[in-house]
Amino acid sequence: MSPVSVFSSSSASPDSAPPDSAPPDASAAHRAAAKRRRRRANLVGWSFILPNFLGFAALTLIPVFGVFVLSFAHWDSYSSPRWAGLDNFRRLWNDANFWAALKNTFYYSAGHIPLTLAVSLGLAVLLNQKLRGVRLLRTAFFFPYITSLVAVAVVWNMLLSPEAGPVNQFLHFLGIAHPPGWTSSQNWAMPGLIIASVWRDMGYYMVLFLAGLQTIPAELYEAARVDGAGPWQRFWHVTLPGLRPTMFFVTVMLTVASFKVFDLVQVMTEGGPGRATLVLSQLIFRQGITQGRFGYSSAVSLALFAVCLVITMVQFRTQRRSER
Amino acid sequence: MNTTVLPEDGTREAAAPTAAPGPSRRGGRGGPRRAAAAVGGQVALYALLIVVALAVLLPFIWMTVSSVKADREVFTVPIQWIPRSFHWSNFTTIWTRIPFAAYLGNSFFLSVVITFLQVLTGSFAAYGFAKVRFRGRDLLFAAYIATIAVPWQAYMVPQYIIMQKLGLVNSYASLILLQAFGAFGVFLMRQFYLTIPDEISEAARLDGLSEYGIWARIILPLSKPALASLALLTFVNTWNDYMGPFIYLTDNRLWTVQLGLRSFIGEYDAESAMIMTGSVLSVVPVLVVFLLGQRYFVRGIATTGVKG
Repeated sequence: MSPVSVFSSSSASPDSAPPDSAPPDASAAHRAAAKRRRRRANLVGWSFILPNFLGFAALTLIPVFGVFVLSFAHWDSYSSPRWAGLDNFRRLWNDANFWAALKNTFYYSAGHIPLTLAVSLGLAVLLNQKLRGVRLLRTAFFFPYITSLVAVAVVWNMLLSPEAGPVNQFLHFLGIAHPPGWTSSQNWAMPGLIIASVWRDMGYYMVLFLAGLQTIPAELYEAARVDGAGPWQRFWHVTLPGLRPTMFFVTVMLTVASFKVFDLVQVMTEGGPGRATLVLSQLIFRQGITQGRFGYSSAVSLALFAVCLVITMVQFRTQRRSER
Repeated sequence: MNTTVLPEDGTREAAAPTAAPGPSRRGGRGGPRRAAAAVGGQVALYALLIVVALAVLLPFIWMTVSSVKADREVFTVPIQWIPRSFHWSNFTTIWTRIPFAAYLGNSFFLSVVITFLQVLTGSFAAYGFAKVRFRGRDLLFAAYIATIAVPWQAYMVPQYIIMQKLGLVNSYASLILLQAFGAFGVFLMRQFYLTIPDEISEAARLDGLSEYGIWARIILPLSKPALASLALLTFVNTWNDYMGPFIYLTDNRLWTVQLGLRSFIGEYDAESAMIMTGSVLSVVPVLVVFLLGQRYFVRGIATTGVKG
């Protein structure tokens, strides 16, 4: 059920290759033939992978390793690369922009992950019922996810407009005299960004949760009902435990997606005001591509990579412990 | 390993607790009281659903309504949910204000080429991973999976350096190369191929078909739904991609809808209504594609996401 299971499944598929281990009385000719057949199978296998693998190796694998190497190099667009030792990392340590970006990335994730989980799970439970029109609503809730990003950013910027934006008009209506300045305020830009991103992403994770809900046997709910469990009790004691594998997968995906956030920030606030919403991916982009500091930006990339890796590992470990 | 597919309609009855408050269904064994409570619950549930749906769709409603307003009518107190006057002309003038048709054409070209290549190489490689045994296969597949978990932003700088050295920056070739060979398509197609029984390809092999023949004449026709899922997901992702074109395309003539819209917003900040018109137009093609093939979207996401 978890991403790991994709590994085990490959070995579970029946062996389709011709029997390689020749019987003890096989002659040399037999063995040679078996060897030829094996080589042929290898060639055929590789020929299937190759077209995709060439592109994948050149533009994904090599760059991934490249980041590790480049982070130990002095290299700008106007100089040739030379060994830098730990210079880039020392600079990283003293870079106020890096710490601001790291803090903002964590801030964004701390809001985006739990809110998206709660909202998408809520929608999934709500829509996993036999009701007229449910299919239409599923479509509607999924649609923000495939709406073009620029449209999402610009609409939310307008909705959150401090003066006459619909959101603040609504807050006024509720009796809040001084509603937040949202994307024009240092303190409220990040919450505004989180609201827009939760709205955008909830439909996607709702689909994953809906798929998970289908795997919970209806008999469990029947049994709980016979035992006198109310809706909340059924949710806590049947739905949530049954969703555990889905929950784990969704959390892992959501975490990586949150820490690498880039495009919505870039279009909605461009990291501002000031550096209130500057995130790690943006810093990498500015340093590496806008300013051509290949070495230093690779050190920032490595930091982003390390953050994702550590958090994912912690999640896997927690999951394993809770399974025991 | 079965792919979990969402049923197209309705779900297993009572597969989830009703979130609606109010009298729970377990109360009362008697007929009328129980029926009344059930009806009450249903009504409350529908009311809740309608409120949630409105809240979710409000940004779309606002976008659409604003797109036919005059600029100064977009931000009014109170909000005009029904425009005082309809400026349908917004939808005709935008084509002359910015080269919107060219942007649409560029987006369409990129999306189609990338989708075609991704589906082709992805399904071809997936057959190798799912149905052919060869040395190093599992290790190779592990490399594919591992990179799906690595955020793309962490290695975009080396990618950019490679493209720069190849002289492909500011050309479609860079974007096509970057996005057509993704690991995602391989992963999705492989998950589907694993559900096709090996006996089918075994029988074809005995009949003398080569592995390539099996892929082209047996497996591909069987995997039409998965191909559709991958094609639609790739198409929409490419259409909506902002960062790729933003990094690689500097020439205005190459811009996609996303870049064109973004620059329009930057230049004509005050023309709120026209900006909304452009936003609506940028969403419509995706809306059409999505409505035509929505079950494939859901299936594709569920296949890569949750495996039963």
